[in-house]
Amino acid sequence: MSALRTSGPARAGQYLALLAYLAFLALPFLWLVSTAFKPAPELASLHPTWIPKDPTLDNFRQAFDEQPLLRAAANSLLAAVSAALIAVLVATPLAYVTARHRGRLAGAATGWVVISQAFPFVLVIVPLFLVLKNLHLINSVAGLVLVYVVWSLPFALWMLMGYVRAVPAELEEAAAVDGAGRIRTLVSVTAPLLVPGVVATALFAFVTAWNEFFFALVLLKTPEKQTLPVVLTHFLGAEGVADLGPLAAAAFLATLPSLVVFGLLQRRITGGMLAGAVKS
Amino acid sequence: MRRVLALTAALLLLLTGCTAADDGPDDGVVRLRFQSLAWQKESVDANRQLVEEWNAAHPDVQVDYVQGSWDSVHDQLLTSFEGGEAPDIIHDASDDLADFAYGGLLADLRPLLSERLRADIPARSWEATTFGEGVYGVPFLQEPRVLIANRRILEASGVRVPTPEKPWSWTEFRQVAQDLTRTMGPGRYAVAWPLKEPVSVSLNLGVSDGGRLFHRGPDGRVTVDFTGADGTVPGTVHAQVVTDRTAPRTTLGSGGSDTLPGFFAGKYAMVPLGFAYRQQIAQQAPEGFEWTVLPAPAGSEGLAQGVSPQTLSIAEDSPHKKEAARFLDFFLRPANMVRLARGDWMLPTGTAALADPSVHTARDGWATGAAVARRLRPAPAQSVRGYPEWKDKVATPAFQEYYSGAIDGAELRRRLVEDGNRVLARYQRG
Repeated sequence: MSALRTSGPARAGQYLALLAYLAFLALPFLWLVSTAFKPAPELASLHPTWIPKDPTLDNFRQAFDEQPLLRAAANSLLAAVSAALIAVLVATPLAYVTARHRGRLAGAATGWVVISQAFPFVLVIVPLFLVLKNLHLINSVAGLVLVYVVWSLPFALWMLMGYVRAVPAELEEAAAVDGAGRIRTLVSVTAPLLVPGVVATALFAFVTAWNEFFFALVLLKTPEKQTLPVVLTHFLGAEGVADLGPLAAAAFLATLPSLVVFGLLQRRITGGMLAGAVKS
Repeated sequence: MRRVLALTAALLLLLTGCTAADDGPDDGVVRLRFQSLAWQKESVDANRQLVEEWNAAHPDVQVDYVQGSWDSVHDQLLTSFEGGEAPDIIHDASDDLADFAYGGLLADLRPLLSERLRADIPARSWEATTFGEGVYGVPFLQEPRVLIANRRILEASGVRVPTPEKPWSWTEFRQVAQDLTRTMGPGRYAVAWPLKEPVSVSLNLGVSDGGRLFHRGPDGRVTVDFTGADGTVPGTVHAQVVTDRTAPRTTLGSGGSDTLPGFFAGKYAMVPLGFAYRQQIAQQAPEGFEWTVLPAPAGSEGLAQGVSPQTLSIAEDSPHKKEAARFLDFFLRPANMVRLARGDWMLPTGTAALADPSVHTARDGWATGAAVARRLRPAPAQSVRGYPEWKDKVATPAFQEYYSGAIDGAELRRRLVEDGNRVLARYQRG
């Protein structure tokens, strides 16, 4: 254990670096929150303050008055939850097989992950649009979910393969020695240990789908089906002019579901399910 | 696990209910999709009300209002056109139409539009939407660039306040900026140039002194040439930033909105902005702040400026072009055009709408804009193929470096002309 011990100043430095990193991550969000509660004249102040001098809910009122935020949020939620669930349901067995039975399949899967990440949105959007049109899935949340699942699947697979490899094969062998069959071993031994990985992967797929803009913009035609990121752009005008207050208010609300989902699931991710599984 | 599976099954059922089948009921009613880019509340309200009025009066032709976004309209339309799913009626700007018009994706409106609408909009505005032989959009709103000024600083300085009848010349503007900066004290500037998009500002204001930059030869080929007239506006801005120090270097990379805090705080006396920025200023100005709208400086062509009007087009693939044209005729009646213009804080192109007293009121500077409207012309470059690449790869960095003092006028000219012509040549082969 002595190898892990660090000196006082080094530890202080580590905390300082961590604090700086957290501030770097948090400041834009805090600024967004601050902007959401500022009245119009304060938004154009030469010396803006972190805490609004005259806080107001007008921006939220205006955002809800002008755009169907609740309907858009419901569409986003449906698309993101569906995409996350389907992605992990498909990716988990695939990842298990690929990780446990190394061979050509594993190589091909890894290659697929790398190659699929190399294609930018704009390159695939037109062919994708035509394929979905033939399937009558344009202007449908189902079509969008299909795209999100396909889009997040390679990375989800790659993530889950790592988690599967981290589960010692000895545990499965021990279960087999104890008389458990293949299915029983998978359900009672492997699956519980994979929960943190599955949750992390689902979270990744959820956040990706929740924030996605371009596919939703192109694939959904009617206002009733538009998702939150698309509706948020309605606060933007030409040449970068924006209705900043309502935009900040709506954007702040749009970040909440991701934060809530992450808050609810983070214990599952970091819970250390493997702790004590193997005697060290 | 069972719960996850049950939840997935429920979601799949929900999604099944969300699949397409949006072609509408087969009830004999024509349905048109109108994608509008209106985004400010007053403007969205005006658009929606007009659509509702049309729908109430025309049960056989119903219009569905869809809100698009300026930010992403080009990519979104491009994909929709390729997939055969474009809206029937398309709101855009004339400088974004060239690719769609030349690509045969927009309908030629000449046989579709009513005589009233054709006659109401002046020929110079129609030029902005004429590509080759066809007309591919109805120009209906336009936005000149004006000087928005701090009235108190201006009046206290004693400089002559320009009017549309007697505007500043570019030389006088430079002199006035020096006088103003002197009276304002250290750390303050007469003018703040927000030049995040330096090309359109330089080209469009350059029209006032006869700047053209793009020259079409008898064979139809376009080349870039940088004459003395093209140098007036860039030369003035460069001098104000680098030599006179009457304009700060810091705002050169800013958008118009970014200069407003400094403007409201009295750090800048004037900001050259698009006419529609008045809405933001009216909304955000601190209590008691007095502002006024001045015409942009004039050159040998007077108050002339280049503009890219907002347009309404009809998709070539629309099966209901005639009905769409009827809707446009209703939507752009003079009284309606005024409503749209006031909602967007812009100027209408229609002669009748432009004569409406409400766009000539002194309040919020409408009168200054209306006086300039007659002098607006199509932006010099908008129908030039290859212009977007020339702008992004050659002109934007060249102007940015010139305005900040990193390169001189000769180098700016060389890049715009030599590098620029190489880019344009690629689009005009064969």
